[in-house]
Amino acid sequence: MANWIPLWLHRLSSPPTFYRFAGTLLPWAMTLTVLLGAIALYGGLVLAPADYQQGDAYRIIFIHVPSAWMSMFIYAVMGVASFIALVWRIKLAEVVAMESAPIGAAFTFITLVTGSLWGKPMWGTWWTWDARLTSELVLLFLFLGVIGLYRAFEDRRQGARAAAFLAIIGIINVPIVHFSVNWWNTLHQGSTVNVFGHSKMSWDMLWPLLTMTLATKFYYAASLFRRVRTDLLALEGGKDWVRQIAQGEDTP
Amino acid sequence: MSQPSLTTACAAMLRRDLTLAWRRRGDIAMPVLYALIVTMLFPFALGPEDTLLQRIAGGVVLVTVLLAMLLALDAMFASDIEDGSLEQLVLAPQPLALMLGMKILAHWLTIALPLIVISPLMAALLHLPGPVIPVLLLALLLATPLLSLLGAVLVALTVGTRRSGMLLALMLLPLCVPAVIFAAGAVAAAQQGLPWLAPISWLAAALVLAVVLAPLACAAALRIALDS
Repeated sequence: MANWIPLWLHRLSSPPTFYRFAGTLLPWAMTLTVLLGAIALYGGLVLAPADYQQGDAYRIIFIHVPSAWMSMFIYAVMGVASFIALVWRIKLAEVVAMESAPIGAAFTFITLVTGSLWGKPMWGTWWTWDARLTSELVLLFLFLGVIGLYRAFEDRRQGARAAAFLAIIGIINVPIVHFSVNWWNTLHQGSTVNVFGHSKMSWDMLWPLLTMTLATKFYYAASLFRRVRTDLLALEGGKDWVRQIAQGEDTP
Repeated sequence: MSQPSLTTACAAMLRRDLTLAWRRRGDIAMPVLYALIVTMLFPFALGPEDTLLQRIAGGVVLVTVLLAMLLALDAMFASDIEDGSLEQLVLAPQPLALMLGMKILAHWLTIALPLIVISPLMAALLHLPGPVIPVLLLALLLATPLLSLLGAVLVALTVGTRRSGMLLALMLLPLCVPAVIFAAGAVAAAQQGLPWLAPISWLAAALVLAVVLAPLACAAALRIALDS
């Protein structure tokens, strides 16, 4: 019987177990981020051929597209964690949701900045009120709203629950961002990379992109683990396991 | 003591909120004055050219009404929190969502309806053509309850915080982008002589959805925010 999986998940949601678990995985995630990121950057900036139409300017997609995927992915993770936090009142889910928000906001910001840097030479404008761009901007404001609401409460757990509720309301925007290029006739091009089918992109350009996607995923994991560990220490300040860790670090 | 029926409770809630609002009539006038003054600023800032003002009139009226509602939103539950009647409402045997729905309705009647009443004046100040004004009114009639309902959910989330004004704007404005797009779309289409029924239908659909879901979400949010 495979009932060790729910059992293991259940145990993992306890703060001290997750603290140790995240601590073990953290160096691996960080190493993979640096390694895959370096490979992807070398592949994308040096090995991949220039585009016949856009020249070298297209290379910004190696940052832009993975960041855009991450912005939606992190919002989805935040939404699911928020749901778990509100329904089952698991403290770890609250922490995961709230600590995802700043990382997601950063990725959304990078997406918007790299997009407008690319837009200037290609479209001739930094910004246009196109459905994809606008919905991505709304995504940024949703992330900021969640962070702001979380910080506005004096009681952190109450703030986390309120912000989790806001995150769930805002999740309606994620499919809008994703499908905006199909639903509206936008200036932003449709998707070129298809996970389950044939991609309209040469393999020379595709593999650095996919490698960078993996690198950003690992970066998210590493960053999230580090933030959650710090947050758990702060939240559980009075508990025994935190005291043991603090005493262990005091002795040389 | 026998429990009052649901309709009696709803009517009592509505009457209470409207009476309270009527006792403080000055507060009702504030958003209206604010909207009028903001509308007045546009011709000063952009120059009194008829064609330019005509083109932006619909959007300016919509955004001004939205901002005026945002200013008044903060007060939706404020006095009830102060005197503790909101906690009593949460404890009451009647469904909280329904009671909150009545509160939202009262808030819409006291804040949004006066704004809608003066919106033709605001539109006329900006030289919006006469035939477009009914479409603008229709768009406002559908968009303002949507904003009240959405806003109520967010206000309920922030009742536990002290400074909620700017935060409320940060949370509400991104969520009401679709309402603004469709309302402005209808007005712009009417102005160009195009069919405007499609965006109005979208607004109406969103409103139906919000009427059903928002009071429930508002009740859930309030329970989260009050639970400490």
